[in-house]
Amino acid sequence: MTIPKERHVLVVFPHPDDEAFGVSGTITTHIQQGTPVTYACLTLGEMGRNLGNPPFATRESLPAIRKKELLASAKAMGLTDLRMMGLRDKTIEFEDDEKMVRMMEELIEDTNPSLIITFYPDFAVHPDHEATARAVVRAVRRMEDRPKLHCVAFANNTLEVLGEPDVVYDIKPVREQKMNSMKAHISQTAWMLEEMEHKLQNGDTETENWLTLERFYTYRWDQDFE
Amino acid sequence: MELVEVNQLQAAIDSFAGKEVYLHLETTNGSYASHFNEGFFNAGAFIRNVVINFELGKVVGDSPHRVGLKLPQGWVYAQGITHFEIDEEGRLLLAGHDGTGKLAVALQLSETPFSY
Repeated sequence: MTIPKERHVLVVFPHPDDEAFGVSGTITTHIQQGTPVTYACLTLGEMGRNLGNPPFATRESLPAIRKKELLASAKAMGLTDLRMMGLRDKTIEFEDDEKMVRMMEELIEDTNPSLIITFYPDFAVHPDHEATARAVVRAVRRMEDRPKLHCVAFANNTLEVLGEPDVVYDIKPVREQKMNSMKAHISQTAWMLEEMEHKLQNGDTETENWLTLERFYTYRWDQDFE
Repeated sequence: MELVEVNQLQAAIDSFAGKEVYLHLETTNGSYASHFNEGFFNAGAFIRNVVINFELGKVVGDSPHRVGLKLPQGWVYAQGITHFEIDEEGRLLLAGHDGTGKLAVALQLSETPFSY
């Protein structure tokens, strides 16, 4: 599928690196097509566990490292409107729900997106992902003129319940930018990238497809999560 | 961070005893534990910037070490500590990293609040 031109794309995820795996190719393509893209990253991944052995970071020095990596990923994608929202990793579900919805409403009012990309509620595995997705869906639900809402889903039961994703983009033309976005988050992705590159060198088509096909589900308002 | 050297760590813990200090304590399996291993019982706990005043602190056992703090009316302890550091702000940072380099436990003390 070709990626249509949008008025503005708003991407909302909680962790530095959430954008890299599933959507960085889509983000880069939008930017190359002249569509403005805003990425709101809610935390700095302060609670990341990949600190190495021997450790390269401490619990206290990690946020600064991950902030630099996030900036590097934005650069790799060509993204200029990166918003760091100042929440703390692993606490989003405990924030006031209405405050979270208002944060999303303000982002939407400010950017006037024709497309919003976030996680799919109930299919996003990590509690921060779920809380982010809920807040975005609630904010969009209240709108009279709703933008398109594309959601990333990767829970183990996703295929079983949601079926195949209805939006699949081949991002091969920007494969290099996507690789650079993933590499930018090296403190979290080093092990995974090593394994992935090994598989790619062995011609593993499943891994190549995972890398170059970005998959989204259009949110199903008729089966709203609440 | 360095591997725990018991005498150095013990001296560092002693230097925080009898003072109002900010505590950071966490244990975690990571949020994806039950995604990769369905049925895995994922448990953890996280405390940050709670003020304590402990009268006695001890590092015990071979690596991974156990570190316990005795309070006038309570206890704090962490098991699985492998590494430590006194950072540039004078905070005592203890961590337990598993064989793959993932943080499993952290216990930190500071005379000033940790960033929020």
